[in-house]
Amino acid sequence: MNLFNIFDQISQVDPEFDERVNPRRQAIQNMMSFGKKVTIAAMPFVLSDLFKRAYGQTPTDVNGVLNYALTLEYLEAEYYTKGAAASNLVPTGKPAGAITTIRNHEVAHVAFLKQVLGDKAVPKPTFDFTAGGAFSNVFSNYDTFLALAQAFEDTGVRAYKGQAGLLKGNQVVLTAALQIHSVEARHASHIRQMRKARGGAAADQKPWITGANDSGIGAAVDPVYAGEDNKVQAEVDITMLQGIDGKISTAAATQSFDEPLAATAVLDIAKLFIK
Amino acid sequence: MKETTTKQQGFIEEDNRQESERLGRRNFLKIAGAGAVGIAAFGLIGCQKDDGGPDMGGNGLYFGSGDIAILNYAYALEQLEAAFYIEVMNKPYSGINDWEKMLFRDIRDHEIAHREFFKTALGKSAIGKLEFNFSGINFSNRASVLATAKTFEDLGVSAYNGAGWLIKNEAYLLLAGKIVSVEARHAALVRDLIDNGSFANSEVIDSQGLDLAYSPSKVLEAAGPFIKSKIDVRDLPTY
Repeated sequence: MNLFNIFDQISQVDPEFDERVNPRRQAIQNMMSFGKKVTIAAMPFVLSDLFKRAYGQTPTDVNGVLNYALTLEYLEAEYYTKGAAASNLVPTGKPAGAITTIRNHEVAHVAFLKQVLGDKAVPKPTFDFTAGGAFSNVFSNYDTFLALAQAFEDTGVRAYKGQAGLLKGNQVVLTAALQIHSVEARHASHIRQMRKARGGAAADQKPWITGANDSGIGAAVDPVYAGEDNKVQAEVDITMLQGIDGKISTAAATQSFDEPLAATAVLDIAKLFIK
Repeated sequence: MKETTTKQQGFIEEDNRQESERLGRRNFLKIAGAGAVGIAAFGLIGCQKDDGGPDMGGNGLYFGSGDIAILNYAYALEQLEAAFYIEVMNKPYSGINDWEKMLFRDIRDHEIAHREFFKTALGKSAIGKLEFNFSGINFSNRASVLATAKTFEDLGVSAYNGAGWLIKNEAYLLLAGKIVSVEARHAALVRDLIDNGSFANSEVIDSQGLDLAYSPSKVLEAAGPFIKSKIDVRDLPTY
């Protein structure tokens, strides 16, 4: 098995392979896989209009990616700012310290992206973190607050990954995007630990993602984790590789690679929280 | 098959020749002087350097050039991490609890998955098995193990972040992205095991909310004390 061999062959058959980002085709593929996986119970995070998914606005250039990132950072910054300010929500001590740390990073990301974009920066949307009432206790119930925080962080990690291709070779912008991307992953890791510490549905939560939707939140966040159960990377089935006690387990195979999420899918998640 | 391989390597090398020439040996040697800074920045724990670190000159394991060199660079770092965590699980530190054991077993398996993935994906272009020097680590001591794990994970994050823009092929870039966030999840967890709440503190995240990103030469200097094998990275893109 040789990666270069495979890529060489694929790009001969499919000239577009090298320009991986083909949002429309990607969206159509997602649409098909969504059809199989998504049930009515999953509705809060599911797009209302599948047709829009295929023809929705997705970033096509560097500024597009930056504004897409800025929109997500606006969302996260406002979410943690409100959460940190809500009375009797986040317990004092370590939890409040962690939420403050994360808030400060998201606020810094907004400032950074606005500075890079200058007058090209999109304005901040008006957010509704209850998603039209689906999460009505988001700023009064600590577990709801953490659950949504996890969904936002795990989505954020996937969102940045999905756009890396458009920034290929760009030392300044790609590097900055990667530097934000790994901060989001650190946040996700910590929020997951905070939720584990709360016990209940998240008692078995790990800092990394196991399979598709290990969140304990339920089907509402299936779209956040759709495809995270992938165990094949560049045609290499990770579960066929030798581990310590036999082959690499399916769980470890899915944990060891985080998957990207197409811009349309990310925006459909974000739109639920935009008025 | 042989013919195909030759052809592909030719293709990839041609693709990157200019880059390799531009960021060639001279540039690398110029930057290598920053090594001491790199090591200090990572706060590496005391390590008995009995061989003076990696010899980056000739006759070592040749990483290749262009994207292949970067993938071999990632493969080398994953070998380092996998070897470390295998040792951690072979000799668990005193007082390790079940939760920590499970976490380190998971991390070990992730790093092995990464290592084996690169080995398989690189095929004949893969460097050989590296040997490591862990003599400075006290594997029976929790603090020593966690400090080393923190160093390796933060280093891994900085390595992928810093090398991303050097990658020419979009598919490889995406693969690096899929791995780096898992390393960041590890880094945050290990940091929290040392001091809950330090998952993304100011040691690693700057005032703009940006994580570490270091050039390949700086990362290799920091990893140097742990690498016993001779490596030849003369054509590895860096800056």
